[in-house]
Amino acid sequence: MPSRRRFIAGAAAALAAGAAGLIAAAPAEPVIRVTARRFVFLPNVLTLKLGAPATLEFTSADVVMGFSLPDFNVRTDIIPGQVSRLRFTPDKAGTFTFLCDIFCGDGHEGMNGTLHVVA
Amino acid sequence: MSGTIDRRAFLRLAGLGGAVFASGLGCAARSGEPMDQRAAEDDFYFVQLSDSHWGFQGPVVNPDARGTLPKAVAEVNALPVQPDFIVFTGDLTHTTDDPAERRRRLGEFRDIVRGLKNQNIHFMPGEHDASLDRGAAFGEYFGATHYAFDHKGVHFIVLDNVSDPAARIGEEQLAWLAADLARQPRDARIVVFTHRPLFPLFPQWDWATRDGDRALAALMPYSNVTVFYGHIHQENHHRTAHIEHHSAHSLIFPLPAPGSQPRRDPVRWDPAHPYRGLGWREVEAEARPPAYAITEFPVRS
Repeated sequence: MPSRRRFIAGAAAALAAGAAGLIAAAPAEPVIRVTARRFVFLPNVLTLKLGAPATLEFTSADVVMGFSLPDFNVRTDIIPGQVSRLRFTPDKAGTFTFLCDIFCGDGHEGMNGTLHVVA
Repeated sequence: MSGTIDRRAFLRLAGLGGAVFASGLGCAARSGEPMDQRAAEDDFYFVQLSDSHWGFQGPVVNPDARGTLPKAVAEVNALPVQPDFIVFTGDLTHTTDDPAERRRRLGEFRDIVRGLKNQNIHFMPGEHDASLDRGAAFGEYFGATHYAFDHKGVHFIVLDNVSDPAARIGEEQLAWLAADLARQPRDARIVVFTHRPLFPLFPQWDWATRDGDRALAALMPYSNVTVFYGHIHQENHHRTAHIEHHSAHSLIFPLPAPGSQPRRDPVRWDPAHPYRGLGWREVEAEARPPAYAITEFPVRS
């Protein structure tokens, strides 16, 4: 039995090491931080990889904003004092417009940016 | 009505207006109705003005920002036959963070349109009027932001898709819409006035209403629905199922066609063609068969 216990313990350790190795080998999922401020997103040009999940993290520097990416049918509110996260996987390549979709004043109409999705 | 015939003849002879867009509604005349009901229906016309953005300053796109709305008022007053009513489909004023300035602009706008001969005017806000204070200042000057009224056999519904800065009509107003529609027969002649398009015309430029699909779903069972709106500063005609949607020109600056360029920057003023792309429209509501004939009028130099 002692030998069997040692075998089980050894196998478990090997599995754990293997799992850890797999995690270490996988590319880290990108997290892109974006600040919304009247009337601009910083940065306002984003690049994501086709088919690779990514997380966008938004904060507002002043008032309630929205981030909308109509071509992918995703959006989130951006509330001052909170971090809003939007995780999605781009399923088409190209150049797309994102915008603030919560009216925030004179200049709201120009509050937008560009997302590049590359293969 | 003889006034309508005279007005049509005048339009034809004077060559006024742009192309006439006839919006056939595909609904047979309701010949089975009692005579008193049919007598309540008659041809008439109304005028739609939109997006005057009073208070806007930007000589590159309109060096006559304070003169364009008064010109339109004078042109409507000069019509040989006055419309039954006038409707302003939002963005009466240009947005400002200053609540006192917002009220000053709304007051100046009101004073200008008091110069219209026909004071049967229906107002609604645009996001520039209402989104920063959820319609509070607009309400002080012009009253409710959503309501309904009837005129000569047509049921008019004014929907507010701007007081919520997120461009939602909202649960409460959608419930009100459902209750209002429930009182209408399925073949009622229904006209909706609103500011933003109820359908996703081009969401990349914020030319949409987030829950507009729910309003359209509520309207779908009704066979005779037409929507007139503003917001996009240009004429546009679109159909969702059997519902037609017609946007109006602005009275401050035109915007580019949906998605025609990377940004929706206003079209620059052309000194060789002043006021080009600015205008207002007449809508002739024809009772039998139910149809709407739209005539566009440019603002003239």
